[in-house]
Amino acid sequence: MITHTARPLKVVLYEGNGALPLPPEARLKVLTALLDKGYAVSRVTPTSVTPTSSDDHTLLLLGTFPQRQAPALEDVTGRIQIETRDITDLDPETVVALVDKTRGDKPMNEPGKWKPWFPVIDYSRCTNCMQCLSFCLFDVYGVSDENKIQVQNNDNCKTNCPACSRVCPEVAIMFPKYQAGPINGDDVSAADHGREKMKVDISSLLGGDIYSALKDRSAAAKSRFSKERSPDKALDERKKCLTKLVSDGFIPMDVLASLPSPDEILRKAEVAKARAAAALAAQPSQQPAS
Amino acid sequence: MPEAPVLLYCRCAYAQVVPSGVKNAVLAQLCDSGTSFETVSDLCEMAAHRDPRLQQLSQCGHLRIAACYPRAVTGLFHQAGAPLPEGTEILNMRSQTAEDITQQMLRPAGAATPTPAPVAAQD
Repeated sequence: MITHTARPLKVVLYEGNGALPLPPEARLKVLTALLDKGYAVSRVTPTSVTPTSSDDHTLLLLGTFPQRQAPALEDVTGRIQIETRDITDLDPETVVALVDKTRGDKPMNEPGKWKPWFPVIDYSRCTNCMQCLSFCLFDVYGVSDENKIQVQNNDNCKTNCPACSRVCPEVAIMFPKYQAGPINGDDVSAADHGREKMKVDISSLLGGDIYSALKDRSAAAKSRFSKERSPDKALDERKKCLTKLVSDGFIPMDVLASLPSPDEILRKAEVAKARAAAALAAQPSQQPAS
Repeated sequence: MPEAPVLLYCRCAYAQVVPSGVKNAVLAQLCDSGTSFETVSDLCEMAAHRDPRLQQLSQCGHLRIAACYPRAVTGLFHQAGAPLPEGTEILNMRSQTAEDITQQMLRPAGAATPTPAPVAAQD
């Protein structure tokens, strides 16, 4: 889950002028420990300049300084607060604790507590067909002012669910944290392309268009309910219907568990279809993708 | 004289999809090289947050990135509103060996790109 959008501070492992080089083993261990804690770190030697973002309000310089005396530094523009710390002979855990202390109570995401899982669009392949927008029930996708498909609410995406990438006919949707290609961003082979084209037909698993199938089932269920109101039976049927998708490996179980109610699915599907249709209608007329 | 590239290393710390043997070896060799470089904990996490540092990195001229599949890395920067400039070199720690990656990361600006070899299991 996303907890913040700002960077707490930028860490620089400083080995430039006025500092001594760190022992090689210590350098690697400190860098690794800071990265694994979630910090971004620049290693600076006498020959380089480190890019600083306008978002970096605090710069923390770590180095081994003569007489263990970290120099006082000031940003001439006054926009960045520069802190310096001497880390001579400190073990990596102590260095991380020192950085944590400098960060204070500013929030920061940490590896292991959240998996960055969201679709990434390969615009070199995307034909703006809007199938992903139409398919996703969690409002992850939207359209730009220019009616171009966009990932707009990536924190709505369900962790480990790559279902939208499977309905993309052009193999243009990637999940970089996925294990296998081409969903992970690996090159798309002709075989992949053919397979993905076929996968557009996953809705046939439910006997045609997935939304109309759900709608039919809902209508049938409603008619049955009038005769035999049985919420348990209805839930069981819904589960059977959707677990077919799970058994075929298309949607993880926990995503299914978080799906909205059948009525809400129908409402969302109608909304998504309308948005996709509106975006398609607003596009300048073009040849369909071959 | 060609401009020296900015080197960027992604730790991919938020998921275990990059072989740890490769990413550890690449970091170790960058550390031993005596050169300056940038490291980030996880490019995906930064892209998810539209981190302004991605903008800064994409604007710093010639960039060499050791991370993941080039298609994914390009898409992440694009999605974060920081499209990578043409000529950015992306090396894939999921499919290349640490030696290939380090060799390409550390080669002098303007030197020809060696042909990458497929990765052997190093994890």
